[in-house]
Amino acid sequence: MDQVRSFLTVAVTPLQWAVDLPTRLWSWGATTFADRNDLLEENAILKEQTLQLSSKNQRMAYLIAENLRLRELLNGQKPSNDNFLLGEVIGLDADAFTHLLLLNRGRNDGVYEGQAVVDSLGLMGQVISVSAFTSRVLLIADTAHAVPVLVNRNGFRAVAIGSGDLDLLQLTHVPDTADVKEGDLLVTSGLGGRFPKGYPVAEVNQVKHEPGKPFARVTAKPLAQLNRSRYVLMLNPKSLADIQLESLPIDSGTAPELADEKQDNLKSGVQQ
Amino acid sequence: MPSLIISLSFLFALLLSAMPLPDRLLWFQPEWVSMVLIYWCIALPNRVGVFSGFFVGLCVDLLEGALLGQNALISAVLAALSLQLYQRLRNYGAWQQAMMVGVLIGISLMIAQWIQNLTGVAADTIAFMLPALTSTILWPWLFIAMRTIRRRFQIR
Repeated sequence: MDQVRSFLTVAVTPLQWAVDLPTRLWSWGATTFADRNDLLEENAILKEQTLQLSSKNQRMAYLIAENLRLRELLNGQKPSNDNFLLGEVIGLDADAFTHLLLLNRGRNDGVYEGQAVVDSLGLMGQVISVSAFTSRVLLIADTAHAVPVLVNRNGFRAVAIGSGDLDLLQLTHVPDTADVKEGDLLVTSGLGGRFPKGYPVAEVNQVKHEPGKPFARVTAKPLAQLNRSRYVLMLNPKSLADIQLESLPIDSGTAPELADEKQDNLKSGVQQ
Repeated sequence: MPSLIISLSFLFALLLSAMPLPDRLLWFQPEWVSMVLIYWCIALPNRVGVFSGFFVGLCVDLLEGALLGQNALISAVLAALSLQLYQRLRNYGAWQQAMMVGVLIGISLMIAQWIQNLTGVAADTIAFMLPALTSTILWPWLFIAMRTIRRRFQIR
């Protein structure tokens, strides 16, 4: 049935593009007729940002190397490196009860069901259906969505469930005595295997202890701009190389290879 | 030619229904597709009927990413109801007709809610009926516009 749907969805893709056309025309017009001084100013700001980010990135390279060494000492697993695919939001779900986004990337770009989607600030949601050229993303604030998280400060695990309100997530089954405070950062825990570990999800904005109830009422505000982001990053797209790698039997034993892989990890870490 | 114009009108209605709106206005979004479907069922019951309704509903499903067949069922029911009522609806005055269309769209919204209840996402207010209200208010103008188009292109 899913295949039928994804096949049929290709037929309505032109419609979805048409709906998005005014927005794209507007942004095209805005950039084409923008004031030169504004552009110069923006350029300066962006250059400054690039400088700041790349200086942070230099330190990242060192930290990743250190992290790898420490993990090696502890015999831990190597952290996985995430690749990104840039997607553009071309449509919203015109329905008050569900929170879906339509992206301009589909199966042909390596998108798959269950893929995690983030924006520049945090986790946005996951892909729930894919057609050849487009994909649909269920936002973390949808009532049908839940994401396993942990409190960044102390590693306390919980599940953040969407409330239907774009500014609100609910943490379920948090014991009254649990160490969760207002302002705590919630990041993906990686449990469940769907979302990669360590992406910021939300910030706790209210912890209510209700006497007589076993669980505290904890709500959090999503960090991602769920209703504003136009460009999103889709994590770990399937590339042709990946698919080939999956089909190859991978020999993981000899030391030089491992060292090579580490080098690769370092390099790609720097690039990102 | 006539079927082309009819398809184009449905296409336009689909575009309108997929238009992004601010969250608050979403509650008031008129049911464009249902309205156009009801119009054609009243005006040309020999051309547009349950099957066309089903097909258009399927397009809505694909466009909105809803449960496949949800809107197809609703539109088919809507078309069937309009076909039952078209002789009476033709003789009504503008506002009486609008009220009746409002009731029909209300029924379709109700069915949509039932299906959404079954699949797990339910509204907790009666506000999901607001589109029926806006559709009622817009109906007379839509009716006049569609009639002009129908006469202009002499669709029978």
